[in-house]
Amino acid sequence: MNMNRRQFFRVCSAGLGGSSIALMGFSPNAALAEVRTFKLARATETRNICPYCSVSCGVLIYSTGDKSKNAPAEIIHIEGDPDNPVNRGTLCPKGAGLRDMIQSANRLKWPEVREPGSSEWKRISWQEALERIAKLMKADRDANFMAQNKDGVTVNRWTTTGFLASSAAQNETGYLTVKTLRALGMTSIDTQARI
Amino acid sequence: MTNHWVDIKNADLVFVMGGNPAEAHPCGFKWVIEAKKHRKAKLVVVDPRFNRTASVADFYAPIRPGSDIAFLGGVINYLIANDKIHHDYVKAYTNAAFLVDPNFAFEDGLFSGFNAEKRSYDKSTWKYQIGEDGYAKVDETWQDPNCVWQLLKKHYSRYTPEMVSKICGTPKDAFLKICEYIAETAAPNKTMTNLYALGWTEHSVGSQNIRCMAIIQQLLGNMGMAGGGINALRGHANVQGITDFALYAQNLPGYVSAPTDADVDLKTYLEKRTPKALRPGQMNFGQNFPKWFISLQKSWWGDAANKDNDFAYDYMPKLGGASDVLQMFDQMYQGKMTGFFCQGFNPLASVANKKKVSDGLSKLKWMVVMDPLATDTSEFWKPHGEFNEVDPAKIQTEVFRLPTALFAESAGTFTNSGRVIQWRWKAADAPGDSKDDTEIIAALFLKLKEMYAKDGGAFPDPILKLTWSYVQPLKPSPEELLREINGKALADVLDPKDPTKVLVKAGEQLPSFAMLRDDGSTTCGNWIYCGVWSQAGNNSARRDNSDPSGLGQTLNWGFAWPVNRRIIYNRASADLAGKPWDPKRTVLRWTGTAWGGNDIPDMRPDAAPDQNVMPFIMNPEGVARLFSRELMAEGPFPEHYEPFESPLDANPMHPNNPKARSNPAARVYKGDMEAFGTAKDFPYVATTYRLTEHFHYWTKQSLVNAITQPEQFVEIGEELAKEKGIKAGDRVKVRSNRGFVKGVAVVTKRIKALDVDGKRIHTVGIPIHYGFKGATKPGFLTNTLTPFVGDANTQTPEYKAFLVNIEKA
Repeated sequence: MNMNRRQFFRVCSAGLGGSSIALMGFSPNAALAEVRTFKLARATETRNICPYCSVSCGVLIYSTGDKSKNAPAEIIHIEGDPDNPVNRGTLCPKGAGLRDMIQSANRLKWPEVREPGSSEWKRISWQEALERIAKLMKADRDANFMAQNKDGVTVNRWTTTGFLASSAAQNETGYLTVKTLRALGMTSIDTQARI
Repeated sequence: MTNHWVDIKNADLVFVMGGNPAEAHPCGFKWVIEAKKHRKAKLVVVDPRFNRTASVADFYAPIRPGSDIAFLGGVINYLIANDKIHHDYVKAYTNAAFLVDPNFAFEDGLFSGFNAEKRSYDKSTWKYQIGEDGYAKVDETWQDPNCVWQLLKKHYSRYTPEMVSKICGTPKDAFLKICEYIAETAAPNKTMTNLYALGWTEHSVGSQNIRCMAIIQQLLGNMGMAGGGINALRGHANVQGITDFALYAQNLPGYVSAPTDADVDLKTYLEKRTPKALRPGQMNFGQNFPKWFISLQKSWWGDAANKDNDFAYDYMPKLGGASDVLQMFDQMYQGKMTGFFCQGFNPLASVANKKKVSDGLSKLKWMVVMDPLATDTSEFWKPHGEFNEVDPAKIQTEVFRLPTALFAESAGTFTNSGRVIQWRWKAADAPGDSKDDTEIIAALFLKLKEMYAKDGGAFPDPILKLTWSYVQPLKPSPEELLREINGKALADVLDPKDPTKVLVKAGEQLPSFAMLRDDGSTTCGNWIYCGVWSQAGNNSARRDNSDPSGLGQTLNWGFAWPVNRRIIYNRASADLAGKPWDPKRTVLRWTGTAWGGNDIPDMRPDAAPDQNVMPFIMNPEGVARLFSRELMAEGPFPEHYEPFESPLDANPMHPNNPKARSNPAARVYKGDMEAFGTAKDFPYVATTYRLTEHFHYWTKQSLVNAITQPEQFVEIGEELAKEKGIKAGDRVKVRSNRGFVKGVAVVTKRIKALDVDGKRIHTVGIPIHYGFKGATKPGFLTNTLTPFVGDANTQTPEYKAFLVNIEKA
């Protein structure tokens, strides 16, 4: 029998309810509407990967909504992906808390700035944040860009602004990051790989 | 990893040292249990603590933190002295027979060419003798006193079991028992896998710890075998990928070493990095270097990179010197940096010596934190009681905090430590106004590009001409980026043997890096990832987990680099004639006309065994290196040096040479040498470690993880507790020469005092996961204590062995 995971849930819930109700003399067909199905059966299932250690366990993320534009998804459950050949459906004590990470009280929700000498954060718009940062970057790059070293060799580097890149970012982000940083001439770059 | 997670199940012996996978990598550790259950494999653990991996081991031995090379050097000596060597393998597949420069020497702890003032070596004698034919000379009889075998034997003859016990504190009989376990895998059909993590890397001799194991695995013939190899377990879910993409200074994507000031032009740069074969008939795969670099330039600068301008060689910045995280923070500390980005990175917590890091950040003009969470670093300027005592009014750094997406809120690929690239799908939007990192990078870059186009400025060309052909320029999609990474043909790629044959049509995605060209007709953003998105589509999203060989190779699940190969050096799993050393675990075999088996051959597919093409194709030697030439900073053979903060006054291997006490080639900055403590004031060895409930400084933000391990603690042995009058549950203060942390005392039988060089040595264990931001109880950052010195090759800080004192708080 060919069945995916969601169909399996449906059959189980229907089968359980159906057979016990049938014992009591009700018609299974009519009674089905009364039985609660697994919540996950109605959720949208998405395959992803735990971001913690480098076992990179496959996970199944269950969210409300059907991914249509006007139905924002909320993640209601995360578990190991049984198809993944490495973790085979398991998660460890770190990964078991993934939903709480997504819903952490310390999630940042908007851009902020802490002005020099200030003792608090101030909310700002993305436009203001990006413009201010880009201006600071350009000012430093234009002031400290080294086109040639003291021996007259073309070196085209910018060392006075640094970038620590995330090892929890996907490859595509890492690629775009390194592509743009190098184009800017940046050489002060590092990542968690070293520490 | 040279092998991969599931392959651990194929081992006969699992040797864990420098890691604790049962707690740090539990779902990967499952494969160790599989090996024990189904193959009757043995598990041997060496660690300062009797940890949870040790608790299910067949044999455990304790060791003093920072003495691993002495232990492993002792293993090498044991294998040679007791002739537990896989002779056919070592003879054919290693450089044992190669002749070394007669002026190469090792005296009183230092190799030839040491410059004490510069703390570095002139490595001109660390090389092979080269014959008139241009190839390295060899002595197949291994009798020449200058051959690698004789040098190796002599070097490690000093590492007797008595010396091992004296330096490591490991009881002699326990050490010998472990040697016996390891030696059994010298049999051609037996394999040992080695699992290590930060317990080996976070030392001033970290890389040489791993070199020791490379030597051992060569002597035993375990490289390339199913159930063998050297397997770094690694940290974040995509630390492998981000390393592959070279988000660090010294390389470009695909481990293409970045140009430096010495590489004055493209010709010089390419010539220096394109090796010549050191033995006849070898693949010397590095000869393709120009194809990798030029295809990368074409990906980034398109038509603006062409033959007339040396493929825009000058657009790529040249590296002026070291540029790792310790160097950056030292520069910052000296007031030599202006701005700084922390993307999903919490350096206040994770970089050594918190005080120095905090002082450095305070000297910046501006800092940008891109993170899904409010990190400790983002609030380095904010007072958090005794955990972060600062005065905001005195800190003039302008700090931005930009909210980003978490794993579940973005799509794209992660690469696990087994090098398998796997696609992820997006499940939900990030909260509030958060943006994906890719969008932020794109927005900042396009804004800068606009400013440079309008106002000009320093060398705008590489910015203005960077390729950016994304459908939505402000939102490059992961699909577009992965296709760009894979690369495509700009013109028809022709068969070099028959130019009438078109291998790849212009415009098509490339099937593998074998198709890359150095004439500008191909693009590729990372050559080792070539094939991940071929004409067949997104191979990283493949989800067929069938495993016909039973070895766990799952060749149709995701895509492993390189070219979907699951076990690197797999040609070495068969003998010279191409017959597997263990036919029951065939990875590769010669079929009579080609290499076949259960993996993608790490060999030219039609290289018949009698052509003598050796398995280590990335080395110009064609064989693996017992002697690593000039490639390591502190010597061609690993030597034991004490940690920079050691309880011993001298290196027991070289008691009369203070220059050889600690790694002679490690970089130490001004001021940091003075900040090292001595055993007089700080008599106990400290080591940091991780808990199974937490991941670095990240899960302290997650409620359920915080509930399971809510508070900083410090682990000490019963003997030390008694000596200091500390009871379980007491608050204790741990001090190093750089600061202090407080925590709850946990008194255990897991960390035992050891007898080392006539002294009784106690070890203090300190979990790292706590800080002043998060759902856990506010605590101190453990790196308040750690010294600002790193491994001489990688600059990974010495977090695993330093000195502290401890008292009741």
